[in-house]
Amino acid sequence: MLVLTCPCCGVEADETELAAGGQAHIKRETVGASDDAFEEYMFMRENPKGVHFERWRHANGCGKWFHAARCTMTLEVFGTYTAQTYEPPADIRAAITAKRPGWSWGRFS
Amino acid sequence: MSTRLGTGGRLIDRATSVGFEFNGRKLKGFKGDTLASALLGADQMLVGRSFKYHRPRGIVAAGPEEPNALMNLGKDGHFEPNARATTTEVFDGLTATSQNHWPSLEMDVGVVNNYAARFMPAGFYYKTFIHPRAAWKHLFEPFIRKAAGLGKAPKGRDANTYEHLYVFADVLIVGGGVAGLQAALTAGRSGKKVLLLEQTAHWGGRVPVDGAMIDGMDADAWINATVQALENMENVTLRTRCMGAGVYDHGYALGYERLGDHLAPTTLPRHRLWRIRAKQIITATGALERPLSFAGNDIPGVMLAASLRDYVVNYGVSAGDRTVVVTNNDDAYRTALALKKAGLEVPVILDARPQGGGALMEDCRAIGIRVETGKGISSVKGGKRVESVSICAQAGEGAVLEEITCDAVAMSGGWSPVVHLWSHCGGKLIWDAAQAHFRPDHDRPPLGADGAGFVSVVGAANGQMSTGGCLNDAHQQAQAVIKTVGGKASREVAAKAGAEPMAPMAAVWKMPQGAGYKLRSKTWLDYQNDVKVSDVQLAAQEGFESVEHTKRYTTLGMATDQGKLSNINGLAILADSLNDEIPKVGTTTFRPPYHPISMGSIAGEASRELFQPVDKTPLHGWGEENGAEWEPVGHWRRAYCYKRPGESTEDAVNREVKAVRESLGLLDASTLGKIIVKGPDAGRFLDMMYTNMMSNLKPGKCRYGLMCSENGFLSDDGVVARLDDDTWLCHTTTGGASRIHAHMEEWLQTEWWDWKVYTANVTEQYAQIAVVGPNARKVLEKLGGMDVSKEALGFMEWAEGQIGGFDARVFRISFSGELSYEIAVPASQGRAFWDALWEAGQELNVTAYGTECLHILRAEKGFIMIGDETDGTVIPQDLGLHWALSKKKDDYLGKRAQQRDHMMDPKRWKLVGLESVDGSVIPDGAYAVTEGTNENGQRETQGRVTSTYYSANLERGIAMGLVLNGPDRMGEVISFPKLDGSDVKAKIVDPVFYDREGEKQNV
Repeated sequence: MLVLTCPCCGVEADETELAAGGQAHIKRETVGASDDAFEEYMFMRENPKGVHFERWRHANGCGKWFHAARCTMTLEVFGTYTAQTYEPPADIRAAITAKRPGWSWGRFS
Repeated sequence: MSTRLGTGGRLIDRATSVGFEFNGRKLKGFKGDTLASALLGADQMLVGRSFKYHRPRGIVAAGPEEPNALMNLGKDGHFEPNARATTTEVFDGLTATSQNHWPSLEMDVGVVNNYAARFMPAGFYYKTFIHPRAAWKHLFEPFIRKAAGLGKAPKGRDANTYEHLYVFADVLIVGGGVAGLQAALTAGRSGKKVLLLEQTAHWGGRVPVDGAMIDGMDADAWINATVQALENMENVTLRTRCMGAGVYDHGYALGYERLGDHLAPTTLPRHRLWRIRAKQIITATGALERPLSFAGNDIPGVMLAASLRDYVVNYGVSAGDRTVVVTNNDDAYRTALALKKAGLEVPVILDARPQGGGALMEDCRAIGIRVETGKGISSVKGGKRVESVSICAQAGEGAVLEEITCDAVAMSGGWSPVVHLWSHCGGKLIWDAAQAHFRPDHDRPPLGADGAGFVSVVGAANGQMSTGGCLNDAHQQAQAVIKTVGGKASREVAAKAGAEPMAPMAAVWKMPQGAGYKLRSKTWLDYQNDVKVSDVQLAAQEGFESVEHTKRYTTLGMATDQGKLSNINGLAILADSLNDEIPKVGTTTFRPPYHPISMGSIAGEASRELFQPVDKTPLHGWGEENGAEWEPVGHWRRAYCYKRPGESTEDAVNREVKAVRESLGLLDASTLGKIIVKGPDAGRFLDMMYTNMMSNLKPGKCRYGLMCSENGFLSDDGVVARLDDDTWLCHTTTGGASRIHAHMEEWLQTEWWDWKVYTANVTEQYAQIAVVGPNARKVLEKLGGMDVSKEALGFMEWAEGQIGGFDARVFRISFSGELSYEIAVPASQGRAFWDALWEAGQELNVTAYGTECLHILRAEKGFIMIGDETDGTVIPQDLGLHWALSKKKDDYLGKRAQQRDHMMDPKRWKLVGLESVDGSVIPDGAYAVTEGTNENGQRETQGRVTSTYYSANLERGIAMGLVLNGPDRMGEVISFPKLDGSDVKAKIVDPVFYDREGEKQNV
């Protein structure tokens, strides 16, 4: 049972307080997008063994969405950060690099 | 025979006798006895029948590893199956029965399986699936189903209560033996918050039985002093009868406290589940002795050497008068010494090691016990009781050298550390060849959120096989753990124990080494699931080379003891059969809980009315008083109908349906979701959420809207009212309020976070009553207040004001096709307002109506219902709702998805009305068939029923459904097969059955 710190209210929340929301940093495609681009947006997801960026909601707490960077293999948490961003912030990336040199994920590394 | 000795027993109180019942017989034990020790004391060695072959089985162990002594305990609401006699404390009035036999324990018909054992080898069960095909269905399945399971499932409801407790600790220590106590002492001195759990009722583990001296005191004295010291530390919490059940991610652990199992039933909680979050966990869970694999090692009277010793020392109970000891290590010599000290006979100690043991062997020889080295047991003779053993050379094939009469056998195959808790969350193991066991690999611990290890294993669980080693290891590691949690280690040193010189043990996986098939097929590995050495060898031979496959094929270690006794022996046999190294074969996965815990403890308080609290509207009480038949909708209870005395459900529904159309009906609509959406960008936001335009709705007006998922499918609907320039009120379906509110928040927070919009779910702030029917206006005018005339409040408009003195927001909207007002008042005023309407409506035959009537009225009008006409695969276009899809908007959730070719496929089934030709009600969910069959040989289909009702107004069955090219096939008759084999024919019609022009709602 994971513990993630909600960056909005600061609570170290048990997994029972949280709702998982799948992969983070997906760019929305809409009217005008090609079938392939829309399919990529709607259905295609990373499934890494290692560094991953996820969306979580502090559902039974402050109700806010946030992002978590963590390792799907060891369950190590590199950090949590606001959902109001297009990419992982520099300090999160640095924290990952310190633990997993040479990591890459989607368009980030 | 097993018996109670005249003296001894450090855990029992001979002054307090306890009466209990076993298989209907009244027996006596002493306070402090376990059920197992009390049974042995009463010469009840036979305690059960094995799972597959129904062989007679006796008590083997003295702790949670016991495979055989499983009991049905208690009666009625306190009944519990599969309880271990070895972990059950006896109390006055306890009742127990043995399991898996018929008609009785002594005389069991199922034992025929034993004689047919040759035909029921490993994988027998799976092979019955394959051929001959008919045999499974008619022969094996009925037989196996009847035979399956050991204990009986309880029939009634559990009368006990349970509770959960949430705790946080800096250091959780599991296991209250000397290692756990030393670790707690070391950690406790730092002042950090320490929690120490012990599964039994006693501190100290097995060291007092083995007789070590610690810090110059005997073990019991040191344990008492240490527990006293810990109890004096405010930062340390101690719990006995509380097992560390499992270790989970990020320092989460479960403790299972048995508050009531050792007492007659009380009203106090029976079990308490400790839900622990610890920064660091130390497990000091000890080690379990392994059996030796010789023929007849399951005959009652063959026991683990240390357990047999436990019964003598702790409970003053002997398993037999003449006990043969057989071992591959020095520890079992302690059993011989303890037996001698108690005045019992040990005819011989068989030590499989050619050189024998060390100092303990010399002690035994010195008091005249015969010791044979390089020898083992060829086979044990006996049926329901050991009668003799035949001795052989361990190196040979089992040729009998000598037959020795005895009534008990104490066996020791070495010790396996209890690594379960270390392994639950991913800690890895290494093979220790010298001790022939797996122990924790400290370089590969389970990892916490910070990527560092959070579990340490100390003492025997860490492979420390001496008292001094355990104490030292526990102290050293506790010091390190304290530093990890930010504490300061104290200067104190570990307690010291005397030296215990031991000769090296030797791995012995088969006895004798060259045992032939006949011996191996009588040599048990897993007692509970009846797995023999020959079964594991067969599995390897048939290609099940992975240990996980062998486990499942043979069921080795799959019983309720989860292989605590058998697994290492089993995988050693597997490794031998595969000609591989034991560490290469590896272990199966250790999963929590360590020992079975009750389902009640997992549920905790969440049972009965607390399982899922019910949402009740402000009008729930009126329904209770007026015959409401409730149905669950989400967490709500809604009235399905209101039954008058003597009325059937069907009668009530039909009465309500007619009364609403003829005069006046009242519906409790409070459960409809109500979400306020407010802010400068609220209109723009709602244009994205709904398929139609909401930003251009005028204040004072209402509009019906559809919501789709981003994948294009219809997800919710409801009426939206614009309250003022920047405020909208969105109604959702009853079950949809929380879901839709969360859906809005998700998009606001994660996609359009720069839009200035605020949402609030105000569903429960209002009571909402639909006043429906030709006389709806009349009753409101009678109550008086605001103008609700057609001119002042037109269809799809709303207004605020007072009705009958109540502050009200009135929406002129209709889900029935009648003249209809939905009126929201503050929740606290709901019941009073309903009562006022009810009173005023008496002269108009006012009728309260429920959800079934609501459904029929909307179906008569062809209105769709989310969850009936939609099922997550339906898009608005399927339902003919094109008019609600804005063409002016560039974008809304689901718009792009609906442009995919599959969504625009003209062959998608479309909504139509269905009129049965004979007027009957078409069965719900029925499919319309067409010519041809699909690849599975099933009839091809061309449509399905989504809603179907009897309409009392139309006096016939009416239905809606999705049909291939439906709207183009008006008047065509299609056929719906029924479950009884007959068909019902239905004509495709317009889905609006009643008042097609909509005149009634516009008056």
